[in-house]
Amino acid sequence: MGVTQKLGNLGVVTTTLDTAINWARNGAMWPLLFGLACCAIEYMSTQASSYDLSRFGMELNRATPRQADLIIVSGRVTRKMAPVVRQLYDQMASPKWVISMGDCASCGGVYNNYAVVQGVDEIIPVDVYVAGCPPRPEQLLHGILTLQEKIYGETIKDWA
Amino acid sequence: MAIQIPDSEAQEFKWEGSLDELKGLVSERAMTGETMLLNMGPHHPSTHGVLRLLLELDGEEIVTCMPDIGFLHTGIEKNIESKTYEKAVTLTDRMDYLSPISNNMAFCLAVEKLTDLDVPARAQLIRVTCLELQRLSSHLVWLGTHAIDLGAMSVFLYCFREREKILEMLEMLSGQRMMGSYFRPGGVWRDITPDFLPTLRAFLDIIPAKIDDYEALLTRNPLWIDRTQGIGVVEPEVALAWGLSGPTLRGSGVNWDIRKAMPYSGYEQFEFNVPLGEHGDVYDRFYCRILEMRETVKILEQAYARLLKEPAGIFRSNNRKFVPPPRAELGQSMEAVIHHFKLWTEGFSAPDEEVFVSIESPRGEISCYLHGTGGTKPRRVHFKTPSFIHIGALPVMTNGHLIADLVAIIGSIDCVLGDCDR
Amino acid sequence: MQIPKPLDPAVAIKSALPDAIADIKEFRGETTLIINREHIVAVAQYVRDTPGLIYTFLSDISAVDYYPEASRPERFGVSYHIYSLLYNRRLRLKVFVPEDDTTVATVTGVWPVANWLEREIFDMMGITFSGHPDMRRLLMPADWDGHPHRRDYPLGYETIQFSFNIEEILKHKPLAKE
Repeated sequence: MGVTQKLGNLGVVTTTLDTAINWARNGAMWPLLFGLACCAIEYMSTQASSYDLSRFGMELNRATPRQADLIIVSGRVTRKMAPVVRQLYDQMASPKWVISMGDCASCGGVYNNYAVVQGVDEIIPVDVYVAGCPPRPEQLLHGILTLQEKIYGETIKDWA
Repeated sequence: MAIQIPDSEAQEFKWEGSLDELKGLVSERAMTGETMLLNMGPHHPSTHGVLRLLLELDGEEIVTCMPDIGFLHTGIEKNIESKTYEKAVTLTDRMDYLSPISNNMAFCLAVEKLTDLDVPARAQLIRVTCLELQRLSSHLVWLGTHAIDLGAMSVFLYCFREREKILEMLEMLSGQRMMGSYFRPGGVWRDITPDFLPTLRAFLDIIPAKIDDYEALLTRNPLWIDRTQGIGVVEPEVALAWGLSGPTLRGSGVNWDIRKAMPYSGYEQFEFNVPLGEHGDVYDRFYCRILEMRETVKILEQAYARLLKEPAGIFRSNNRKFVPPPRAELGQSMEAVIHHFKLWTEGFSAPDEEVFVSIESPRGEISCYLHGTGGTKPRRVHFKTPSFIHIGALPVMTNGHLIADLVAIIGSIDCVLGDCDR
Repeated sequence: MQIPKPLDPAVAIKSALPDAIADIKEFRGETTLIINREHIVAVAQYVRDTPGLIYTFLSDISAVDYYPEASRPERFGVSYHIYSLLYNRRLRLKVFVPEDDTTVATVTGVWPVANWLEREIFDMMGITFSGHPDMRRLLMPADWDGHPHRRDYPLGYETIQFSFNIEEILKHKPLAKE
């Protein structure tokens, strides 16, 4: 139950609260330590010395979905893996976000065949799609910044 | 206030599965509950991807280890059957995503053998340069992740720093950091750029010192030695029977490197040693790969010296029935236009025969079995990949060890799950 | 130690197992011995252990499906690519498998590495290896229907999205909910 439902519309108070909460969520977003295929290697590059993802408050990878806020689906999702991805997503605590990294996760990519799910959005709802096969680290950073922008636009009402 | 659960959800949980399907795979003690069955993966930070292991544990000791793969099975072999030979190169990149160029090489060699296509010497030289750069970058990822699995975080950061430099060079050649599809049947896609050789020189100047740095962090580190020596021992006979190859086999002391035994792409013109281990444990496999990185630098130095003599020139075969004509020819020659059109619409044909080639990838022997149809698309492509074999042999190495050592063993066989499942 | 002289595999097998070899083929320097299906284990054991052959290393087992061509007597082919470290040479043993009886005897007793390679072929081509210790699916989920790498199995191609057909596709695409 959200603040607005309890107290009615508080105008300037909730707007400021929104900004504060979104700032906090953006500044300490913990991604799930989860890699599928080629894109996971670029994701590792993004975190390593040259690109340094921790500049954006994302250096802390959690290996358990219970502690993660963001799942970056990095690579092709196969029919055998799909239930696992969904289960990981279900285990994450709200609020949670999804970035679909790379062509394979976004739309099946070059694998238009029996084994690959044609887009991870058939399994879990996706916030940001990052194109590329695999995307350069800069592209992934851009995707993450886009997600942060999106989060700044959220209000408490949405979560209520 | 106590929370009330609706009746429908309060039903007692009943497990309807049975242990019968595990009979014969796990020991009798698991059936009575004396040993414990533990599921590790497919989402686990130290399985290097989406490998699932079903472990039977006696306390912390592994009794049986049953790998379950296929979580990354992408149907690449089936997909290639619907592509022409030239287009299929793109798909082979994405099997072993730490060394895409080795996959390209295996496939291109198979196509060249099937169609009896010649590759000019300079193209072979460029290929060797790329292959060795890729070997170095693959070993750097292996070293970083292997160290991070055993608790040495900083090695990862060092390794990826140097790897970025290699990726930049590969990007110069192919336009892509990882999946360049730079090799084509008959040669490479285009000539090396003028920037490439100076960048390679600068890289070759720094890399030996960097390898010293990694060694300073690990090779004599007592913690590292404690965690790796005597772990996951494979005897040479066992290693051969289970089909291990590459540094995993050479760690056991078997001298078999395909670059030496059956040279391809002009490897016989290069001088390098094949480092061998002695005990076949995790440490020896680690040290073999470190030494192999130094040998790779040696090969790269020789390749650099030869490329410097001929910085531009022929980079692919002149056989127009298989290799598209250069862009400049298209405006002048009608024949070139016809060849270009035929190659990019229909592709070239290959006989209805089968060939088998194998090359030494950073992980081991990657071999390509190619069966043509007489038409422009293959009938069947099958890749035997080293990770597949090594994960299959994992039970041989792990049984009897502690569960904490399992992580070290998985790291030491350098498996890539895309390579394993294809 | 005296290394015995290398033998010609075809001649050696013919003298020891007269009925085993059906045909010999050469292509691009690769020797293929086509073996009668019931003799494959005996031949495998023979080429591994005989001095002068010593094919200790099994590189690959791969299967091929000749489906649309009715002219061939058998539908499947299984190729064993073996390698001798001692003499540094390769050899291919090939057996043909008819569609109505897709069983081959397993060679896991000769080369343990065959375990997973044969399981993969069972999964992808539907060729059963009799005597195999653990004949289950390897790559596909356990409840999968069919054997994907057979030539008559559909690729599973879906329509590619473009701006002119995206609306039509999105109508049928099962998008996930929270």
